[in-house]
Amino acid sequence: MAFFRQVFVIMAKDLRAEFRTKEAINASLSFALVVLLLFSFAFDPDEETIRAISGGLLWIVFAFAGTLLLNRSFARELNNDCLDALISAPIPGSALFLGKAFANFLLVLAVELVALPLFGIFYNVHWTSQFWQLMLVIVLTTWGMTVTGTIFSALTVNIRLREVMLPILNFPILIPALLGAMQLTSSLVAGKPITADNDSWLKMLIGFDVMYTSVSVFLVEIVLVS
Amino acid sequence: MTPPRPAAPDTRPPVSAVGIESVWKFYGDFPALKNVNLEAPPGACLALIGRNGAGKTTLLRTIAGFSRPGKGAITIFGTSPREAETRRLMGYIGHGISVYDELSALENLTLYGRLYGLPNPRAAALDWLERTGLERVKDGLVREFSRGMRQRLAVARAFLHEPKVLLLDEPFTALDDRAIAVLQRLLREALASGKTIVMSTHQLREALELATHVALLNRGQVAFHGPCTLELVSDPGWVYARYGEG
Repeated sequence: MAFFRQVFVIMAKDLRAEFRTKEAINASLSFALVVLLLFSFAFDPDEETIRAISGGLLWIVFAFAGTLLLNRSFARELNNDCLDALISAPIPGSALFLGKAFANFLLVLAVELVALPLFGIFYNVHWTSQFWQLMLVIVLTTWGMTVTGTIFSALTVNIRLREVMLPILNFPILIPALLGAMQLTSSLVAGKPITADNDSWLKMLIGFDVMYTSVSVFLVEIVLVS
Repeated sequence: MTPPRPAAPDTRPPVSAVGIESVWKFYGDFPALKNVNLEAPPGACLALIGRNGAGKTTLLRTIAGFSRPGKGAITIFGTSPREAETRRLMGYIGHGISVYDELSALENLTLYGRLYGLPNPRAAALDWLERTGLERVKDGLVREFSRGMRQRLAVARAFLHEPKVLLLDEPFTALDDRAIAVLQRLLREALASGKTIVMSTHQLREALELATHVALLNRGQVAFHGPCTLELVSDPGWVYARYGEG
């Protein structure tokens, strides 16, 4: 129980600090909206094309907007050397990591859930016909993106060019998860449910999440203590 | 029935509060610490002195468990500083204040109280806010605090969980008079109650008033280690002149 309480304390601290300043969430949300808006002006695709590219478009926006949030995760701790105090506290690195990962997950998910209806409005797409399956894909992919982003945020926290390094390190790792999410999102937005034909992507997303969560929890102590 | 045999006397050497055995620390190929051997017995105050770049901060950060030694071992009461129970025994004040600007003073201390598993984190936080003279601004955000108030809050954070070993990296640097007075009082109380202090410092007079032992670091090596004598207190520059690089 103590472990989960520690995870909750870290998560609550990160969310409270973010909601006080709204620095990262405002930047992330603005970025997502601007990119969605720009794409809608830049191209004038017909309904069929929109359905075909919706997955790719949404996940590119989500991935970059999410990176803006993830970049701040451990960088926030550099101010006043707060990371030292967290590392010296008697909590396992895995509790620190999971607390931050859950806070990031909720923040990234919030940005996605605001951007999704706007995508529907800007592109005149009825995306709700497979709502719950779409939510499942978004939750699974966002968790995978958050876990890898949080561990790389810890890894790059002391690097001067961390804002650049995080996407360079994170996106190649995310390729399989993003591929699966794009495929599934495109078909779900088009109103086609997940079937035996494409559920292998869903299984891959679950596998990705389990694997990278386990690896990150195992490695975080080594990453944090040089 | 044979009577129980009397227990054999414990011949093990007493466990030092802080033990540093043959510690090397490398940054790339550069040895920041070279075969450092030091110990601080329980209740001692060890002042680490030396010029900038001598390795004081590196040694303190290694003792605190922020970085692993390249070779050698650090022990706190005989255990590794990376063990959770050992970390509960340590309080650290570094160059930063280690509190969040976006949270209030009370929220910051309650957060650390929860992380250290205190039975009543809020009560402990309120107690330390009072002891550091910050009770009237307990709900104020730290980003609105003056520098002196922030420093006193940093002191409260480090003392909050009643650590047995205090690791202080240049604790008197940039403190205002009130914060110096608060810190000196708390350090005296800590020593009187048997706590162990390891501090790096450039403020020799303030440090030597408290120190029971002194170690001079020179280019990552211990150039001098001994008890803090009257000679040292009356002329703090003596150890530099004799064992330093001049």
